[in-house]
Amino acid sequence: MLLIDCPWCGPRDENEFQYGGEAHIARPKDPALLSDAQWADYLFMRGNPKGRHRERWMHRSGCRRWFNVERDTVSHAITAVYRMGEAPPATAKPAATGDATSAEPRSSGDPGQWPAGGAE
Amino acid sequence: MADPSALSPLAGRSPSSRADGAAGALPPGVGQGGVVMAERALVGKLVLRGDADDAGFRDAVRGALGFDLPLAANTASGAESTTALWLGPNEWLVATAPGAETAAAVSLKVALSGRHASVTDVSDSRTVIRLSGANARDVLAKGCPIDLHPRVFGPGRVAQSLVARAGVILHQVDESPTFDLYVVASFAGYLWDWLVDAAAEFGVAAGR
Ligand SMILES: [Zn+2]
Repeated sequence: MLLIDCPWCGPRDENEFQYGGEAHIARPKDPALLSDAQWADYLFMRGNPKGRHRERWMHRSGCRRWFNVERDTVSHAITAVYRMGEAPPATAKPAATGDATSAEPRSSGDPGQWPAGGAE
Repeated sequence: MADPSALSPLAGRSPSSRADGAAGALPPGVGQGGVVMAERALVGKLVLRGDADDAGFRDAVRGALGFDLPLAANTASGAESTTALWLGPNEWLVATAPGAETAAAVSLKVALSGRHASVTDVSDSRTVIRLSGANARDVLAKGCPIDLHPRVFGPGRVAQSLVARAGVILHQVDESPTFDLYVVASFAGYLWDWLVDAAAEFGVAAGR
């Protein structure tokens, strides 16, 4: 059981929250310019790091706000919590290959770069 | 006209929803106890949304309600007759006396006209179970994951959380302690029965 520090409500039980997957996936500005492979990469491909992972959570049974968590996928230790729109902590680099905040594709079959949209 | 308390989701269960005041599902013979249970039936409820950083929005709401909205997370302001509960950084629940919700909504809407704000009447979405008595905190602690110790959670505090896995808005009204549990209508009967069972070891009295 995780104790998650909601940016508004403070520490609460994990079962009050909903997991929302990897954070900082920038939506392409103009999806029509993308190939099917690039679009599929944006939609489906995610990092699966052993170690630090930046991810979204929502306080479903509480204030119902989305926010970001940096969590170690091995130890489950939460190293940072920050609100939507706030920059991720600079102190720790996620274990994902490359920078998780970048809009560049991370899949092995790299379909090339797409026109990046605004980061969340 | 039909008895309006029959419209309560706890009709027939809570004493206040019965014309004869009988205790309904409360176990017979436990007139005195460490826990007092009552329903605040048909309390008016409005969801108010707006920009807490906008002084014009805050002033307009103060003009309509007569008191300041709570800006600190998970706190309440106002009085028993009209209470504002913090639900989110741009969202509040305004609880009014039964029947007063329409007038309150109109005065808020008039005060906020032209602003990026909304007022929605959600009175029928939930009912309010009032739990008080010396052991009220012990009963809640059996089914609620948040820290209810007086050092952490006291009068004027609000939390949206789970009690016995049912979503509730919890508001500590006073130090005695008295708690108001706002529970959605379809869970109200279940939560009432769960609370009666959880409180049985302390003795349950029916409040009004
Ligand atoms: Zn929260």
